[in-house]
Amino acid sequence: MNIPTDLKYAKSDEWIRPATGEVGLTDYAQGHLSDIVYVELPEVGASVTPGASFGSIESVKAASDLNSPVSGTIAAVNEDLSNRPEVVNSDPYRTGWLIKVTVSDAGEFAGLMDAVAYEAYCAERG
Amino acid sequence: MTYIPHTDRNRAEMLAAIGVESLEDLFPAVPDQYKFPELRLPAALSEMETWWEMQGLSEANADVNHYACFLGAGAYNHYVPHTVDYVLRRGEFYTAYTPYQPEISQGTLQAMFEYQSMICQLTGMDVSNASHYDGATSLAEGVLLALNATKGHRQKIVLSPAVHPQYRSVLRTYTQGMNVNIVGDDRLKNDLPDLLKLLDKDTACLVIQSPNFFGQIENVTGIAEAVHAVGALLIVVPDPIALGLLTPPGEYGADVVAAEGQPLGIPLSYGGPYLGIFATTNALVRKMAGRLIGQTVDADGKRGFVLTLSTREQHIRREKATSNICTNQSLLALAAATYLATVGKCGLEAVARLCWHKSHYAAKQIDALNGFKVLSGKPFFKEFVVKLPKPVEAVNEFLLDEFDILGGYDLGQDYPHLKNHMLIAVTETNNKQEIDDLVTGLKEAAEQLA
Repeated sequence: MNIPTDLKYAKSDEWIRPATGEVGLTDYAQGHLSDIVYVELPEVGASVTPGASFGSIESVKAASDLNSPVSGTIAAVNEDLSNRPEVVNSDPYRTGWLIKVTVSDAGEFAGLMDAVAYEAYCAERG
Repeated sequence: MTYIPHTDRNRAEMLAAIGVESLEDLFPAVPDQYKFPELRLPAALSEMETWWEMQGLSEANADVNHYACFLGAGAYNHYVPHTVDYVLRRGEFYTAYTPYQPEISQGTLQAMFEYQSMICQLTGMDVSNASHYDGATSLAEGVLLALNATKGHRQKIVLSPAVHPQYRSVLRTYTQGMNVNIVGDDRLKNDLPDLLKLLDKDTACLVIQSPNFFGQIENVTGIAEAVHAVGALLIVVPDPIALGLLTPPGEYGADVVAAEGQPLGIPLSYGGPYLGIFATTNALVRKMAGRLIGQTVDADGKRGFVLTLSTREQHIRREKATSNICTNQSLLALAAATYLATVGKCGLEAVARLCWHKSHYAAKQIDALNGFKVLSGKPFFKEFVVKLPKPVEAVNEFLLDEFDILGGYDLGQDYPHLKNHMLIAVTETNNKQEIDDLVTGLKEAAEQLA
């Protein structure tokens, strides 16, 4: 399982790249969802807060809410996903990104997991 | 499945759990005189006697096989070819539901797939779902889609007053409590150019009907462009038979087509069950309620049909549903598919042409009568409005009693401004003799009624 070390991780299995504010779904999550068929994303300019859903993702197996790891506003959404949602499966950390957030409080990163903690968190769930 | 009734012990345990002694204790609110009243029913009948009884009751009806019918207003007396009933009554099809293990019923899925394909061809839209209950609920679902597609940021719905009054009423029922603002249909005079002026950045959709409730064909040129310019959706309610002649809504930019499918091979039947046609664009397919049947190939490369999309209401996405409607009218959709397959492209056009010519013949004759005036201004398809010299109710009673004719719709019921206005529908089923009888009947009604 791929867990890059330059990212921070939320318990709801989203990652955020502190350097850019990009948010996506982890390799662990995409693997459990299996083939992703639809991603519903918010509009640019909408505000996000941790624990509140900003969109949803639908696979052949399940539909899940998407949560932002941090507070902020949406700076960009990945428009490519409307035509090619499967890139969330094939490239979850790069071309499969979901939204880009202008982070309002960088202090919130401290409350997220790093790669080591997230790996342990995945391992305990199996 | 084994049916396991409650045992006396089960009942005793349940009663003890809620703290009462007997079942009777659960119904103290029902006054004694209403408990098990004496019904005084007639003596039981044999099967043969029951048949006679029911036959007698049904013969008391004035049905369209024995009376000339000029009543439309959303439900139309079109001819239903016998192929429709033959297919519907096959045991393999004779259920209203898509089975809960849908892929086991390949025949039903194929029929729905063909229905959807034909509706797309007819409306010029990208996708059709497997149907809704009726035209009114389809329209309401279309508006919900528009509200969802704009992510709840737009709360205004611009609604033409020439959309079927009952559809408008159902729409208001569906959207009550949603903080939605429905405008435009409060003034009968609001024509399309007036409605376009109501469009703004808060508008989710414009809803129009063409041919409209008065049978008139709306001038839709530029409408979609104006609606899309403010980021709203265009919802069009057509008559599917009229689409045999008129430009399909998909060709002039409709985002949603919601229509009553009854004219396509479904009998009038006192108002139901009918068929809700619903079609939209590829861009909006994920917001569509209901279900979608798709064609695919199995592991051996053989053609098969699957339930492609039903996620909004069922299975994996229940709590995120944008609509609670998951039932379709499969049997009625099958009727529509069979009808369309039977008449074919040329047949549908022929039916539409007959409606056009016969209704225009009728309108011309009626307009020539002393005291009668056919409303003009816009072209009409198979229905037209006539101003009568006498109240519509009295004229209809006269037509029924003296001529065995079911007259037109009393528009004063829904539009106070249109008191003494009758909406007359003429279809391919009305022959020249019937139309001439109607004209004579109207003339005599005008002369003889007080």
